[in-house]
Amino acid sequence: MQLTLEFGGGLELLCESIKIHEVDVSPKSGEDKLIMRDLLGWIKANIIKERPEMFMKGDSVRPGVLVLVNDCDWELSGNLDTTLEEKDVVVFISTLHGG
Amino acid sequence: MEGSDGKKSRRGAGRVCSICNERKAALKRPKTLEQICRECFYTVFEDEIHRTIVDNHLFKPGERVAIGASGGKDSTVLAYVLSELNRRHNYGLDLFLLSVDEGITGYRDDSLETVKRNEIQYGLPLKIVSYKTLYGWTMDEIVKAIGLKNNCTFCGVFRRQALDRGAAVMKAEKLVTGHNADDMAETILLNILRGDIARLSRCTFITTGEDGPIPRCKPFKYTYEKEIVMYAYFKKLDYFSTECIYSPNAYRGFAREFIKDLERIRPRAILDIIRSGENFRISSSTKMPEQGTCERCGYISSQKLCKACVLLDGLNRGLPKQGIGRSRGRNNAKDEEHNKDSSFQSKPCGALDV
Repeated sequence: MQLTLEFGGGLELLCESIKIHEVDVSPKSGEDKLIMRDLLGWIKANIIKERPEMFMKGDSVRPGVLVLVNDCDWELSGNLDTTLEEKDVVVFISTLHGG
Repeated sequence: MEGSDGKKSRRGAGRVCSICNERKAALKRPKTLEQICRECFYTVFEDEIHRTIVDNHLFKPGERVAIGASGGKDSTVLAYVLSELNRRHNYGLDLFLLSVDEGITGYRDDSLETVKRNEIQYGLPLKIVSYKTLYGWTMDEIVKAIGLKNNCTFCGVFRRQALDRGAAVMKAEKLVTGHNADDMAETILLNILRGDIARLSRCTFITTGEDGPIPRCKPFKYTYEKEIVMYAYFKKLDYFSTECIYSPNAYRGFAREFIKDLERIRPRAILDIIRSGENFRISSSTKMPEQGTCERCGYISSQKLCKACVLLDGLNRGLPKQGIGRSRGRNNAKDEEHNKDSSFQSKPCGALDV
């Protein structure tokens, strides 16, 4: 599944200062759909290069990191259970840096 | 990026804005849990700040107002919204951006570039005051002299005065900062954890220093950080978001994380902490520090010398530990160097609008 991932608010510093990542992610084996929970695990393993604790806490993003799927707050689409679709744009923004 | 228009989406299809009942909802408000669209969000976000300004009489018509601008998210959104509201509601304010250059290579020099772009984008004049000019030292030089242990104390104390001096030089009558509801809740908790009764009693004031030369106010006192960042994102505002290279403030970090954990479980907690803080009553038997002025520089101080002069004296004499650490007694707050409010402490280090 082709996805665009965008990191902002300082999170880009955890992935070699690259803000936009075009990626191809497959659903977990045995599953027919990809949900945010699995995507986060994939990002942690494949995109985040340093200080993963700045991005994740437990199995979700660290509190204070905003997530938007196609410019819509993921709190409206089920947070970790949000189902992703082909060509979705997922944005992560840290609110925790500076003022 | 315009949502999933045009394709049958399994999610979100039924999420309609609870205000206009027309457009697709774009975010959940932490304050009210309402699901609202972008346009309605802009309206309620700006209207709430306008209400806060009007209800608390933050400004008088014709006032010259300095916006403490760091280039970070809060002060960038503050500069944008305040200049919008000033136009829309005819506040009649003479607004300008005031930035402090602490002299931190690779951090402040970059964020000042953002402020310089804001100057053009929002059509607001910009004044930059530097530690080097005011104190003879840059933060880089201070860190070289004292190491990485107490540098945030120097920076916080110096920044607070620098903003006041910059505002005075520019003949500002008021200074606004971008402190948001999350910052305020965090400061209340920290003051409780430190037993700092003097600061606890005044840290929730929306305006402080009214009897001093330049009152400060916080129009974002009730504005959630989440909404500030969402607003900046949707409006594509240009802000800088890198952590200060010298800022390991562990204690404050824990308080921040605690607030953010609470917010996830119950977003109203932030407003409720503020409400609790506002309604504390300090017992009349608690001794509060008396306020005077610094013998050397004339800045407000409860001691003979203000904190900045003590720190600077130590630096210049090669005794950088001078003035570090607390000296207050058990139920007194003798070292209250800044009687007006606690805001030099109320932001992560490195944030300018402190």
